[in-house]
Amino acid sequence: MHRGAFTPGRAFVYAVVCLIAAAYLLPFAVVALNSLRTAEEIAQTSMIGWPQSWAFGNYAIAWDKFCVAQTCSGIQPYMANSALVTIPATIISTLLGAVAGYAVSLWRFPGDRWIYGIITIGIFLPQQMRLLPWTIVLRETALTNTLTGLVLIHTIQGLSFTTLFCRNYYVAIPQELMRAARIDGAGFFRIFWRIVLPLSPPILIVTVIWQFTHIWNEFLYGVTFTTGQQQPVTAALISLTAAVADVPQHGVQSAAVMIAALPTLLVYLFGGRYFVRGLTAGAVK
Amino acid sequence: MSALTIRDVSKKFGATEVLKDINLEIGSGEFTVLVGPSGCGKSTLLNIIAGLERQSAGTIRIADRVVNDVAPKDRDIAMVFQSYALYPSMTVRQNITFGMECRNVPRPQRDEAVARVARLLQIEALLERKPAQLSGGQRQRVAMGRALVRDPLLFLFDEPLSNLDAQLRVEMRMEIKQLHQRLGSTMVYVTHDQIEAMTLATRIAVMRQGVVQQFADPETVYNRPANLFVARFMGAPPMNTLPARLEAAPDGTVAVIGDVRLPVPAEAGRWIGREVVLGIRPECIAESTRHFTDTPGAVITMTAPVEMVEPTGAETIVVLRLGNERVLGRVSPDLRHRPGDTAPFTVDTRKVSLFDPTTGDRVV
Repeated sequence: MHRGAFTPGRAFVYAVVCLIAAAYLLPFAVVALNSLRTAEEIAQTSMIGWPQSWAFGNYAIAWDKFCVAQTCSGIQPYMANSALVTIPATIISTLLGAVAGYAVSLWRFPGDRWIYGIITIGIFLPQQMRLLPWTIVLRETALTNTLTGLVLIHTIQGLSFTTLFCRNYYVAIPQELMRAARIDGAGFFRIFWRIVLPLSPPILIVTVIWQFTHIWNEFLYGVTFTTGQQQPVTAALISLTAAVADVPQHGVQSAAVMIAALPTLLVYLFGGRYFVRGLTAGAVK
Repeated sequence: MSALTIRDVSKKFGATEVLKDINLEIGSGEFTVLVGPSGCGKSTLLNIIAGLERQSAGTIRIADRVVNDVAPKDRDIAMVFQSYALYPSMTVRQNITFGMECRNVPRPQRDEAVARVARLLQIEALLERKPAQLSGGQRQRVAMGRALVRDPLLFLFDEPLSNLDAQLRVEMRMEIKQLHQRLGSTMVYVTHDQIEAMTLATRIAVMRQGVVQQFADPETVYNRPANLFVARFMGAPPMNTLPARLEAAPDGTVAVIGDVRLPVPAEAGRWIGREVVLGIRPECIAESTRHFTDTPGAVITMTAPVEMVEPTGAETIVVLRLGNERVLGRVSPDLRHRPGDTAPFTVDTRKVSLFDPTTGDRVV
């Protein structure tokens, strides 16, 4: 088929693709539009509609005035909570995953395959199954209802994925490079810092985007292990919509959702192309 | 003084024995080539010498120190790899100094060493480049530089030329040889290429299935191969090997191959009346006008049918029938034999080898 040739077959493909994209974007569009409509307007007309007047004030209210479970500070503190959980957990789990992936891919030691297998089993365990063990761990370590507790959970849980990503990237590093480094006198960590890590940016970007999005969007642990002022924004949003005293504040709530979704959106917009590139890149030519 | 001693070394991977009782003693300043077909264990042996793999049994001594339990970095060795194994994120300079960096060599000393090696290998202009910006031959030089900068007791080369194209390979082969002559260091070099082995080595260890078949200087390996495997592996085209029967003749012993009777050395006398395998190099069979030697009885002439002709430019390889066995001869390129012709040939019998047909071992 020629570039630009517009055949009926191609038209059909485009139609299907557009349909899927529209279906996927529709909820986002509804929330985005509602975030700019007043509560009265939504109540009088319908949940779906073009804003009659642009209610940008929704965002200001959602940010620091709106009441969530009797505390009227907006979603700002919960955004901070999410950041305080997501940023350290992303960095720590990525770095540990890189070291673990490096160890299981480039060093042979007894039981290396078993260790790798056990680490990656975590990917396939349903979240619900892990709730009870984590409850016990957090109670024993006195980290229930703390951000540190969530950091711990996300770091450990994230290791399955980060190790898998990095290991699959590092297996492409030739063994001869390792041998040369060993003869040169470099040890485990020097080889990691000086040789392996400088080759890693593509996979580290992938891992960071993946971890950031997943931890930011995570809901179950947040809602299970934290309450009140300790909640990440995903969990707080639910309390926010549950606070139905008078008129439902759909406009402000939508604005809150938009704000909460913004960081992952930005990460994807800026890092998305690295993500796609990194997933397909090999380590060394 | 021996620079490297390998004593009773064997290596097993699970149930497979990849090296069996290897014994080699390599003198200081020697260029030893380990050669053999792939899977013969030559690279495993090199890795064991380097300490990158551990032998299942036996001892390795480098300069009279047992190094069985010594880490690769403390063995005072340097190694050049087939893929060059340059660190991709480092510049050429950093690649060369990485070993010194790991050993905390002070910076002025490092710079001096880099300058010396860069001058030796003529890579001064490349020092700030990354490996990806280098051609194959340049990468090869940098890999050598990384080894040379160490001034080690022992240089190890693992098929360093096999990733280069044919022309560059020949050039680098010469450079390595010159380097060895200049530095006088002890080198152990692994290759599957018997020409590299012949051209570079002071001694060749021919390996097959984990066993050293012969360990000798190139001339001996070529002219007096220890067994049929070595005879056929070394040399291109390989040695002709044909079944023959030894008989007593008025002036000594002859090998009878069909209707051809080739005189063989007198030591073969005890094999009279028995079957042997006779080995003769293609260059010992030439056109009838070739003058091999004045020694009486050493050369015979015969006529033989020509089956195929392969001109190579410098010479022409002919496939002919010797007593009904197919053999290769090397004749002058000026001759224009045609397949189907019958032509006269002369055979130099001074360098024939005789092998036991059951064991394959050399008899004479």
